[in-house]
Amino acid sequence: MATTTVVQEQNSGMSSRTKWLIAGGGIFIAALALNLYFFGATGTTAVFAATLRQSTPLILGAMCGLIGERSGVINIGIEGQMLMAAFLAFLANVYIGRVLPLGLTLPIAVLIGVATGALLGLFLAWMSVTLKMDQIIGGTVINTLALGLTSYFYVTGLTTQGKLQTIPLGPLADIPFVGPILFNNPPITYLTIILVFVLQFALFRTVWGLRTRSIGEHPSAADTVGINVNRMRYLNVTLAGAFAGLAGAYLTLEAVGSFERGMTNGRGFIALAVMIFGRWTPIGAWGAALLFAFFTAFATQTQFTGLVSIPPQFVGMSPYVLTIVFLALFGGRARGPAAAGQVYDPE
Amino acid sequence: MNQNNKEVVLEAQGLTKRFPGVLANDNINLVLHKGEILALLGENGAGKSTLMNMLYGLYHPTEGEIWIKGEHVILEDPSDAIARGVGMVHQHFQLVPVMTVAENVILGDEITRGGGVLNLKEAANKVWELSHQYGLDVDPTAMVEDLPVGTQQRVEIIKALYRDADILILDEPTAVLTPQEAEDLFRIMKDFTARGSSIIFITHKLKEVLAIADTIGVLHRGRMVGTVTPEESTQASLAEMMVGREVILTVEKDPPHPKDVVLRIENLQVKDDRGHLAVKGVDLEVRAGEIVGVAGVQGNGQRELVEALTGLRPVESGSFSISGQDSTHLKPRKITEMGVAHIPEDREKHGLVMAYSVADNMVLNNYYVEPFATRIIMHEDKIDEQAERLVEEFDVRTPSVHTPARNLSGGNKQKVIVAREFSRPITLLIAAQPTRGIDVGSIEFIHNQIVEQRDAGAAVLVVSAELDEIMSLSDYVAVMFDGRVVDVLPRKDATREKLGLLMAGSEIEV
Repeated sequence: MATTTVVQEQNSGMSSRTKWLIAGGGIFIAALALNLYFFGATGTTAVFAATLRQSTPLILGAMCGLIGERSGVINIGIEGQMLMAAFLAFLANVYIGRVLPLGLTLPIAVLIGVATGALLGLFLAWMSVTLKMDQIIGGTVINTLALGLTSYFYVTGLTTQGKLQTIPLGPLADIPFVGPILFNNPPITYLTIILVFVLQFALFRTVWGLRTRSIGEHPSAADTVGINVNRMRYLNVTLAGAFAGLAGAYLTLEAVGSFERGMTNGRGFIALAVMIFGRWTPIGAWGAALLFAFFTAFATQTQFTGLVSIPPQFVGMSPYVLTIVFLALFGGRARGPAAAGQVYDPE
Repeated sequence: MNQNNKEVVLEAQGLTKRFPGVLANDNINLVLHKGEILALLGENGAGKSTLMNMLYGLYHPTEGEIWIKGEHVILEDPSDAIARGVGMVHQHFQLVPVMTVAENVILGDEITRGGGVLNLKEAANKVWELSHQYGLDVDPTAMVEDLPVGTQQRVEIIKALYRDADILILDEPTAVLTPQEAEDLFRIMKDFTARGSSIIFITHKLKEVLAIADTIGVLHRGRMVGTVTPEESTQASLAEMMVGREVILTVEKDPPHPKDVVLRIENLQVKDDRGHLAVKGVDLEVRAGEIVGVAGVQGNGQRELVEALTGLRPVESGSFSISGQDSTHLKPRKITEMGVAHIPEDREKHGLVMAYSVADNMVLNNYYVEPFATRIIMHEDKIDEQAERLVEEFDVRTPSVHTPARNLSGGNKQKVIVAREFSRPITLLIAAQPTRGIDVGSIEFIHNQIVEQRDAGAAVLVVSAELDEIMSLSDYVAVMFDGRVVDVLPRKDATREKLGLLMAGSEIEV
């Protein structure tokens, strides 16, 4: 299903898909060889497992961004949505965890994170659709607000009962190399992979997707066939916020287990780059997110093993630098939804 | 044809639409019968589109009532109109360029496999079916952005047919079509009404109305000033109703008094955007006090020629001079400063800055000199003053000189350009398609302005795809074919037949 949807979507036919498959395969094999050379089998497994988990918040953020832009609303507030969601999900984990068992607390905390992202999405929709504010400013408002509020209300020393644990998928998890990477992950990571394919299908194969793409490309065309453009933008930007919220919940409930000030660390913006690199498609963005995550995981492993004597600052920046290089080399001419960023005002 | 015995499918009574500060439609009554083509004729800004948007549910009438097939209706939004069989083909196509034909057709009324999942295969079949049934010849899997304009229009028609429309509103459908495409469209329209459906056809082209309409409604300044049949009308009578006064369809002008050569083009060669030679060695002279019209089917190098002469496109080889000075490689500003006025082909792209006010648009060619500016400081009072004067003088209908140019109707946009270009003394006027897509009143006005410039001593080069325009304005007619000027005829020798043959590339036996 996944591959067929990609073919349908790209429209430029087999050659384009083949090109990307070859590129993806090439990168994967090169990455594998490099890792085996440097870190051996154990280290390689660690890098690849880390890649998948590191990619989770990026692809979730990118899906948030692309649902918005496909609907005609540019969202640069993903960073803020993630941060606020991460914070509230963490607080929920702390305080609800004092009265409820962990098994109940964590799902509720995840839902609170998701709801936080969605509410901030609703806020963005209100600013950009109802108030007709500039969407970049709307996004900046969310980022500033989130950073300010979370930094102000955060107090150190809060403790939780625990975080989301890995769920081995039965015998699959025991397959050498592949098992620990793909089939031994915590729940949000699994859910995210499913969401990538669901959203890909939804965008290009369902009524919702067709209408969503139409209001982001040519809203008046949608309006003249009876589609309520602004209502749909509200709905979609709110829904998109839920994805960013899930990314936030991932950070505090699955990856780290606690909150730090400014812990999203630019992931919301990297997610936007990932979205563009992925040509505003979930599967494309997933590939881009994996690439960036791989660089991060690789850099971390390098520091970990102390193999290379490069100052850690440079190792730390390498994922960003390499992403820029890859974007420049292979990004090519990217064309986003035509009406993204424009207010729709029919009369 | 007598429509009185036929069933009424759509009726409007007392329709009024008020926008802040504007009465766009004033108490309009309209009746459409089964199988009828009703043409709505009117100048730009006469309220044709407003009226249609009300019938399609995009605007809500301030007053008045609508009946569709005998049922009194209040149209909240287009889906209400669509549900009652009303379809509309907008002047600016409402198609998503990056989607396929089939996707565009089903958008808003999708064929599904259930559960909100699209059935694109079924959609493509349906489009094929409709396409065959009405002889529209459209590939459902093609991307809309890859299709020529005429085909895109057919996609719009299929969209309406798909929704079972039997009342079709066509908003200026021929404005973007080649004559051949327009012929095809008329055939499709006839076919459609022969099946018992009805059409409302908005236009300001008199000839088309007489050729295809069963009934003609004429709008003037928001009011329906008359309903006539083609049999009892002539182009002149329709034009008079449209403009509210007698219109002279032929330009009245004295014989020319040509003086020195102003524009001399020698063996000019220019490439088009794709790098192919589009102007393949043109020789032409235009003298002060005469109008040379360049006739030709579009795409025979006229655009590239004009762009080269105004400094917008580099010259490959050859040369041209203005008032005796070689100007082959001069910058546009230098050419402007030599007293060259340019009315560009695409007024929205090259003629105006759409987001700027009327006043600012009127100084685009001299905003940087006295009295409008002293070094880097602009004098808004002087700019506004001139704009007020020009708006008055050129009869530009705009709420204020501070209105953004994009809010003006096509004819008024063109008048802003003409006003700007003629606001200073000129030696050479280069006008490309000066009256494309504008109403007869504005056409008459602009034609008279061009003749006035000639009589004041300017050399005038007019490029137009409308043979009528060439015939009525020119003192000499140059015909372009395949990048060359194939002949230059004095106006009296330039018959329609002869020009037609030359434009098609045939040699004329002497």
